Amino acid sequence: MKSEYRATALDPALLVVQLLNGVQLGLLLFLVASGLTLVFGILDVINLAHGVVFMVGAYVAASTFLHSGSLLLAAAAAPIAAALLGLVLDRLVLRFLYERSHLDQVLATFGVVLFVDEAVRTLFGPAALPFPLPASLEWSLPLPGGTSYPAWRLVIIAGGLVLAAGLFGILHRTRAGMLVRAAANDARMLEMLGVDVRRLFLLVLGAGSALAGFAGALAGPIMAVQPGMGDNVLILAFVVIVTGGMGSVQGALLGALLVGLVDTLGRAFLTDLVRTLLPPAAANEVGPALASMAIYLLMAIVLLIRPQGLLSVRRAAR
Amino acid sequence: MRSALALVAGTALFLGAAQAQELRVGFMATFTGPGANLGQHLRDGFLLGVDHLGGRLGGLETKLFIVDDQLKPDVARQEVDKLLEKEKVHFVVGVVFSNILLAIYKPVIESGAFLISANAGPSQIAGAQCSERFFSTSWQNDQTHSALGKYAQDKGFKRVFLLAPNYQAGRDGLTGFKRYFKGTVVDEVYTQLGAVDFSAEIAKIQAAKPDAVYAFMPGGPGIALVKQYAQAGLTRQIPLLSAFTVDDTSLPALGAAAEGLISASQWAADFDNPANQRFVADFRKKYGYVPSYFAAQAYDAAQFIDAGVKGVNGKLDDKAALRDSLRRAQFPSVKGKWKLNTNHIPINDFYYVTPGKLPDGTPAMVKGELVFADYGDEYAKDCPMRW
Repeated sequence: MKSEYRATALDPALLVVQLLNGVQLGLLLFLVASGLTLVFGILDVINLAHGVVFMVGAYVAASTFLHSGSLLLAAAAAPIAAALLGLVLDRLVLRFLYERSHLDQVLATFGVVLFVDEAVRTLFGPAALPFPLPASLEWSLPLPGGTSYPAWRLVIIAGGLVLAAGLFGILHRTRAGMLVRAAANDARMLEMLGVDVRRLFLLVLGAGSALAGFAGALAGPIMAVQPGMGDNVLILAFVVIVTGGMGSVQGALLGALLVGLVDTLGRAFLTDLVRTLLPPAAANEVGPALASMAIYLLMAIVLLIRPQGLLSVRRAAR
Repeated sequence: MRSALALVAGTALFLGAAQAQELRVGFMATFTGPGANLGQHLRDGFLLGVDHLGGRLGGLETKLFIVDDQLKPDVARQEVDKLLEKEKVHFVVGVVFSNILLAIYKPVIESGAFLISANAGPSQIAGAQCSERFFSTSWQNDQTHSALGKYAQDKGFKRVFLLAPNYQAGRDGLTGFKRYFKGTVVDEVYTQLGAVDFSAEIAKIQAAKPDAVYAFMPGGPGIALVKQYAQAGLTRQIPLLSAFTVDDTSLPALGAAAEGLISASQWAADFDNPANQRFVADFRKKYGYVPSYFAAQAYDAAQFIDAGVKGVNGKLDDKAALRDSLRRAQFPSVKGKWKLNTNHIPINDFYYVTPGKLPDGTPAMVKGELVFADYGDEYAKDCPMRW
């Protein structure tokens, strides 16, 4: 048997596609990470249950689309259901954890993950749900060099950009946004100034959950809609917010794009790169291992240089 | 007085013998976590098999203990110890995943019970570590991969791109494929276990322009891969061959995205032997979905135990006789024929299978041409058992 491993790194058309893939993955991660980082920044709560909110978004979108045939309805139902779930989880679990230690929060919200995963399995069955695309979105944009770019990925990029712009607009141009930013700096001071911080908390949690639910709807057609689908995404989202700086939405965007690009380019080119240094069999061992470690290496390097993350929020002592 | 005691003792003996006439079977599969769907198929197939035998395997009152391994070897070990010591089972059946089978293998065969794999077939157990207490109603893991390698070779594909998760079974799978594929491997890409995004890999495939892609991507990642492959418009351009990726467990979620994709199997729902037609019809009636090879193999496992126990007239204590009876067992397998290799793993015909429709229009994997006839696995020669 012959092998003809080609070095593809030098092909500029392929590089463009892979950059696009990285940005798209980054934007999807940003939608999940932004809610996670705000909840941490303002409530000081580590919320592992954010991943199941993403999953429920995908389930609601898939079921809505299957029953109504309307993608728009699905895209609207997912964030609404996710926001409601976020608020219910707050009432039932999170609000008892605000003043507790991070370890208590991790344990309790991990319990929520197990519970919701099993609840979804019981309700929908263990098999993955179908989430086909309508024919109008089943095409791909041909690109030079024989590659192409699927329409749905363009939708994800567009959706991610619009929501990111909207989020920054709200945070920086509106009074509510100003209060959210203020709360991220010093919630107690804000409370003393007469702001109802509890309501602000709920607003942030609802909005963050809605973003995660919308991300679930966007990811549904490319992922397997099945119990536990949020778990891997949650891990990536944590890498994003730790890299970007916990509590900072700008940091989450920067972190998400970095993680998306490093992960995609790592998978695309690292093994080829290693093959120029090592024999093929060894390169096939080392390359994939390096590629799956790449984002964690990125996180470690960032933390080594800036332990608070790339763009951290200056916070008052608690 | 003495005769009364003897009578009591005699009654006790008789009762003991009557109790031994009960067949105790432990069934282990994965019912929680990402593999739960496969465990459900396996269990439902086995339960239908027991059902078809009137709840009496080998003519004996059958007591079933169903346990969840949670896809965790340590949990599997604890559960199997309970089955063996507390429930004193005669057979342990089931197991979706190879790492779980390996975890319970030694405890079961050393306890004197028989272990029947309805799915997993790791190379160790097929080869040097084979045991007279272990039987399989499925295959050895490599066989499906090898069948697809042979299919690629027979179809004249010259350049193939390989894709698998970065763990032992992934590497073994690609090795199995390469055993019969003699053309050029354009690239061999190993993805992270549990990966959800394949855009980078798909772009590499588009740039490499192979004649075909071979993927081993079980579970959720496989569904993601096939959907993304279709969205990139590749399904009709570059044939995607796969093992344990496009099957009757994933087909409902894949829908049109899987159209025209090729896999290989020793069984398909449209096999037209009478045993299979009854199995598929009753399975769909009872459970409301199309059975997969997991269900078919587990159904066969129930029939296999039944035939083996009948062969010794329900005498479960003579292990050597029961072993011989299991080796000789004949029953109407849903595959249409039944033959064991020296390592107690079936010798199968492998067909290529592709998404199609059952006679009533329901989507299912359907049989294509024969790829391998009477295919025994490569590891049997390392197994010292001769019979």
